[in-house]
Amino acid sequence: MYPDNYYYTKDHEWIRIEGNKATVGITDFAQKQMGDVVYVELPEIGTKLKFHQSFGVIESVKAVSDIYAPVSGEVMEVNEDLNDAPEILNEDPHKKGWVIKLNIEDKSELEELMSLSDYEKFLEGLED
Amino acid sequence: MKIKKTRLNSCHKNLNGKMVDFFGWEMPIEYSGIVNEHLAVRQKAGLFDVSHMGEIQITGSQALDYIQYLTPNNAAHVNTERTQYSALTTPEGTFIDDLLIYLLEENKYLLVVNAANVDKDFKWVSSYTKGFDVDVKNLSDKYSQIAIQGPKALEILKPLTDVGLEEMKVFRVAFGTVAGIEAMVSRTGYTGEDGFEVYTQSNNPGKIWDALLEQGKKTGIQPVGLGARDTLRLEACLMLYGNDIDNTTTVLEAGLRWLVKFKKGDFLGREALLTQKKEGLKRRLVGFELQGRGIARSHYPVYIKGEKVSEVTSGTFSPYLKKSIGLAYLPIEHTEKGTEFEIGIRDKRVKTQVVPIPFYKRNY
Repeated sequence: MYPDNYYYTKDHEWIRIEGNKATVGITDFAQKQMGDVVYVELPEIGTKLKFHQSFGVIESVKAVSDIYAPVSGEVMEVNEDLNDAPEILNEDPHKKGWVIKLNIEDKSELEELMSLSDYEKFLEGLED
Repeated sequence: MKIKKTRLNSCHKNLNGKMVDFFGWEMPIEYSGIVNEHLAVRQKAGLFDVSHMGEIQITGSQALDYIQYLTPNNAAHVNTERTQYSALTTPEGTFIDDLLIYLLEENKYLLVVNAANVDKDFKWVSSYTKGFDVDVKNLSDKYSQIAIQGPKALEILKPLTDVGLEEMKVFRVAFGTVAGIEAMVSRTGYTGEDGFEVYTQSNNPGKIWDALLEQGKKTGIQPVGLGARDTLRLEACLMLYGNDIDNTTTVLEAGLRWLVKFKKGDFLGREALLTQKKEGLKRRLVGFELQGRGIARSHYPVYIKGEKVSEVTSGTFSPYLKKSIGLAYLPIEHTEKGTEFEIGIRDKRVKTQVVPIPFYKRNY
C-alpha cells in the first residue's frame, strides 16, 4: 500500500523524487487519523519553503492540521483539484491526492527522510 | 481517574468505532466517517449511544414547584406523555445547562442533562432545596440512552416496540418495551430530523442497540458517533453548552425567548431577564455563512469594521449544505440578516454574512 520509492516524514508526509523535482502529499495513516477532509489551503506558486516549514493546512470535519515541507524548495505546482474535491486526500492519498510539487533546493536534506521500511517501523511504534 | 464506559462500549468497538475521551467517557467519535454518518441521518437513519448523558431525579410533593423555581419554561406542561426543553438558570438569567424535563409518575421528575455537566448540575439542583419538600438523586449511572434519528427512524423502531409511535407528536413520551426491554421513549432528538430517544435502566441495553441495527440494515441504518452528532445539531441550530450557551450568556441573548415564561411565577433569573427584556438586548446569537474560502471554528475572532467584537461559538463545514456555517454573538445593531462582517482564520480575514437560522430544517 505504501509506495516503496517514496520517502516519508515523522509528520506523515510522503515525497516522491524525480531528478530535482519533488511531489509531496500525506500518507494513508495521516488521512485515516484525520477523518473526512473537507478543506485544503494550498500555498501560492513561487513560495519558497524551508525544510519543515508549514506550507498549508488540511482541515477535516473535526480538526485543522498543518502540512510541513519535507525538503526546502520552491513551489512549482499545487493540486487545484483539492479545492473542489478535498476528499481526494482520503480516497487516494498517495497518487491523486498529491498536494504540491517543489523544485528541490538542497538534495542533501533527503538524508533526513525515512525510507518505506523506516516509516513502517515508525508506524508500528506509534501503535504501542 | 479511570475512564468511564457506557454499557454499549463493546458494541462500538465491534463496529470499529474510533474511541476518544469525551469528558471522562470513552465514546465513539466516528465509525465509518463523519460525513457518511451525517448524511445517513439526513437521508435514512442513524443510531447514537447517548448513555453518557445525565439523569437527575426529583421526587416529592413539591417536585413541580421546585422545578418551576429552577427553570424558566413552564414545567406545568410536563406530564407522563409530554417532555419539555428547558434550562437551569442562574440569578443573572444565564445558563447552568440546557435540558429535557420528563415526568415518570406523579411527583417523580427526571431531568436529562449534558454529560459534561452532570456533577455540576446535580450540585446545583441539590443546593436550592431548602423550604421545598423534595428529594434529589443522581441516577445517571443507572440509565442508558439510545437515539435513533432520521426519516426512516419510525419505520425501523416500530416493529421492535409496543409503544404507539405514530400517535406520538414531537416531544411526546410513552412507556413500554423496545426489543422486549422496558423503556421510556420520547419523540425527541439532537439532529433536526424525526427520531426517538430510548431510555432504559436495563443492564443489557445492547439488546436494543443490536436489534435496531439489525432491523434497520435493509434501510441503511448507520451507527453515528459524536463527530456527526455535532455537525448535525449545528446545522439544525441546536445549542451546545460550553460553546453557544454558558453562564455568561442569558437565555434571551441566546435567542431562546420562547423558553422564558415570565407569567408562570418566580424562577431563578426572572428579574434579570425581565430587566434585560425591558432595556433591550445588547447582543444576540446569530447564524452566519462564510462568503470566502475557509472553515470558521470555535473561538476564531469575529471582526466588525476591523475591530474584534466576539468569537465564534460553534462553526464547521456543513456536510449536508456543503458550506461553512457557524454561530456567534454579535452586537445587536449588527444582527440583521445580510449584515457583513469578518472572521479571522489564521492570518486572513474572511468575509462572512449573517444568515437566518436554522441552517437546515427538515421538510417532512
